[in-house]
Amino acid sequence: MKTICLYFEIHQPVHLKRYRFFDIGTDHYYYDDYENERAITELAEKSYKPAMQAMLDMIAENGKAFKVAFSISGVSLELIEQYAPEVLELLGQLAATGCVEFLAEPYSHGLSSLGNAENFIAETKRQAKKIKQMFGLTPKVFRNSSLIYSDEIGALVADMGFKGVMVEGAKHILGWKSPHYIYSCAQDSRLSLILRDYKLSDDIGLRFNDASWSEYPLMADKWLGWIAGLPEGENVVGIMMELSALGYYQPLESHILDFLRALPRLAKDMDIQFATPSEVLAKNKPVSPLEVTYPVSWNDEERDTSSLLGNGMQREAFNKLYDENIVGRILASRDRRIQQDWDRLQATDNFRFMTTKNNGMGNYRGIYDSEYDAFTNYMNILGDFLKRVKDMFPESVENDELNSLYTQIANMGEELNVKDNEISRLRARLKQLGSTEEEEANKPAAPKPEPKAKPAPKKRTPKETATKKPTTKKK
Amino acid sequence: MKVLMFGWEFPPKIYGGLAVASYGITKGLSLQGDIETTFCMPKPTGQEEGFLKIINMSQVPVVWRDVWYDNIKDRFVGHTAEDYYRFRDHLYADFNYLQGLDDLGCIGFAGGYPGNLHEEINIFSIIAGVLARSEQFDLIHAHDWLTYPAGVHAKMVSGKPLCIHVHATDFDRSRGKVNPTVYSIEKNGMDHADCIMCVSELTRQTVINQYHQDPRKCVAMHNAVYPLSEDIRSIVPNKKKGEKVVTYLGRITMQKGPEYFLEAAKRVLERSRNIRFCFAGSGDMMNAMIELAASYGIADRCHFPGFQRGRQVYECYKNSDVFVMPSVSEPFGIAPLEAMQCGCPSIISKQSGCGEILSNVIKVDYWDIDAMADAIYSICQYDALHDYLAEEGMKEVDRITWEKVGLRIRECYNQLTSRGWFDNQEYLAAVKNIR
Repeated sequence: MKTICLYFEIHQPVHLKRYRFFDIGTDHYYYDDYENERAITELAEKSYKPAMQAMLDMIAENGKAFKVAFSISGVSLELIEQYAPEVLELLGQLAATGCVEFLAEPYSHGLSSLGNAENFIAETKRQAKKIKQMFGLTPKVFRNSSLIYSDEIGALVADMGFKGVMVEGAKHILGWKSPHYIYSCAQDSRLSLILRDYKLSDDIGLRFNDASWSEYPLMADKWLGWIAGLPEGENVVGIMMELSALGYYQPLESHILDFLRALPRLAKDMDIQFATPSEVLAKNKPVSPLEVTYPVSWNDEERDTSSLLGNGMQREAFNKLYDENIVGRILASRDRRIQQDWDRLQATDNFRFMTTKNNGMGNYRGIYDSEYDAFTNYMNILGDFLKRVKDMFPESVENDELNSLYTQIANMGEELNVKDNEISRLRARLKQLGSTEEEEANKPAAPKPEPKAKPAPKKRTPKETATKKPTTKKK
Repeated sequence: MKVLMFGWEFPPKIYGGLAVASYGITKGLSLQGDIETTFCMPKPTGQEEGFLKIINMSQVPVVWRDVWYDNIKDRFVGHTAEDYYRFRDHLYADFNYLQGLDDLGCIGFAGGYPGNLHEEINIFSIIAGVLARSEQFDLIHAHDWLTYPAGVHAKMVSGKPLCIHVHATDFDRSRGKVNPTVYSIEKNGMDHADCIMCVSELTRQTVINQYHQDPRKCVAMHNAVYPLSEDIRSIVPNKKKGEKVVTYLGRITMQKGPEYFLEAAKRVLERSRNIRFCFAGSGDMMNAMIELAASYGIADRCHFPGFQRGRQVYECYKNSDVFVMPSVSEPFGIAPLEAMQCGCPSIISKQSGCGEILSNVIKVDYWDIDAMADAIYSICQYDALHDYLAEEGMKEVDRITWEKVGLRIRECYNQLTSRGWFDNQEYLAAVKNIR
């Protein structure tokens, strides 16, 4: 039985504001609030809300036969929380249907998988935690920013305990192989790869409304017919795109949502089912390992990282951003503003704006005029940010020293925790003893033994005892 | 195909960009093989390159004088004594009233741009009447407004199609406050022209909107650059370590926007003192700029080496880390291309015509001094940006050659000679493949 694994990326970059070099050191706020609000509300109105509403309807109508997966970057989740909370409401409803899976991805939607493994792991965990907090679902499958994947990244992902990862089904990694099977990571067989069928995905995400396309207009039965016609055994079809393709890149007037709505019913007739990535992995076992020596992504025709790190400017920015010294200090710091700026500056979009590649579709550059403008602005902001990071701790303090100090603090914290536990255990014990004494002796004597036991706990405890007293009194 | 071309400047004597452009265009045409160009100019030096025929307008008779061949045969610079006698056979009116006639019956030009320019323009067009009667040609090509009257006159006499080349308009030179005499000469030339070649789309729009010309006969004909000679390529840059040089090269005059450059310099210097600013060139605003720099307290970082010529220009580019052309209105602007040839990244104003054919440059609005300062600072600060622009810019500019310009002009000539009128749409379709 053919299975469609439908997955949408929700990501909107945090636009940086026009930041001149003479602002370095004086202005530490980097964001274009107007553009951010405008962009996210426009996306929410045109795309996210109608698309999610349509999916909710589809799940309700089709008795949960429709399954879909989402991944949301942490930075856009913050944006959505701030400017379009109604989208969260819809996501919550979708999560509650049980037909939706959320994937993990780096919190910043950045390139840390290529730049700094330590940071990559930290921010992926942070993202997974945030998803769990908001929607109550723990991500089990991973997808990287721009679907960047290589064997090394696969090994890191497997170590984090993920079962699967989404990968671009690029011709140059597959060769004669078909993208419609599950493969495993060449460096760690615990990790399975679900491949994106870029032809069928781009039919919807890229060409749906293109009148010059030979298959225009695309109807649901025709599209599903292509899937039904796949050779025997080729069972998994990974359809992955940005959610903004529905309604934004392919406008609502193109009836893209009607196309989507028609899918489950027609799929049932053609014996095609929908499944979330986890379900796909549960049912299908990897057929062979797939070797990916150099990173692939879903960008451009080349499907590599050249549109993000192809020219000298992008590499310069990348190297400055992931300088080991800097990353160490940021990870060590607990400064929330630094952390947030760091997340936002890492986003791949900042690098995409600097590309000099001609991809034939015109480059979207956000607020910038040109690649040079993008580079200049980004580097100015990065200059200020790096300066702040360096100023956080005296330069004489080495990272190792810093780390050891922090581990010391962490150890002390742990020690305190242990002691706290011990205290509460002992106190509970005391209470027990007290209550048995109570039974024996008369009641008013009860509170008195407690203060006597006080010297043992540290100074924090009086508060707790103070709050506890009334409860004991009520008894 | 024979072309009668009127020009005011030609290398080796260079007053401004016009000479370089005239040279490139004629050279590009000569590479076609079957185009014979007769270039008429006021005062050649005799050291011009021999790929085209030069006619010295200072030695074309307007009045009949009886002179012996043996006496005069060695006196000619440009054309020959035989040419002189042919011209003398085609005098068309009595110009004995003119002042400054010499023993040959000619009127000498001072060359360059003297005070009595309008008078010289008039005489130039009188002489053009003689040439138009004595020479055989298929079409007339006139460079810049000084030679438009001559071109129009030649067209009236011969009935051959006239193509004029707009290297600049008075709107560019005066920031909109045009000199009515100049405007009328320009407008008259354009009205009579069958084809108006503008050095950029920007100029083309000025011609269409300010001179009210039919868009169909206006064409954007971008300039190009010549590959650097071995001699110039071998110049070793003399750069000081830890210090960056930002260069402005051109006349220091209103049109070129030097004050915006100075304002940007002030902003950059507030942040970083190891950058020097070089104002290479001379002009009417030079003293004002020096005073302004002094009043900002950045005179120690701003340098005014004066007018640069020949090899000095290239030394200047090679020693610079950034080249800036903040022109308020620049019809084309060949300087950034030359800088890029020398591997010097360029920042140009969006109001510059050359920006239409360049992509590896930073473009800013001339008035946006913050953006200009930012761009200057970034190139000085981030080697990656500097290296990328230097490398890719050099590659890009190497693809812009006069030979291709020659091919495009040839296409215009073909249209004009085959049927007498010009159509821009058809031209665009025909030159699509010349890249």
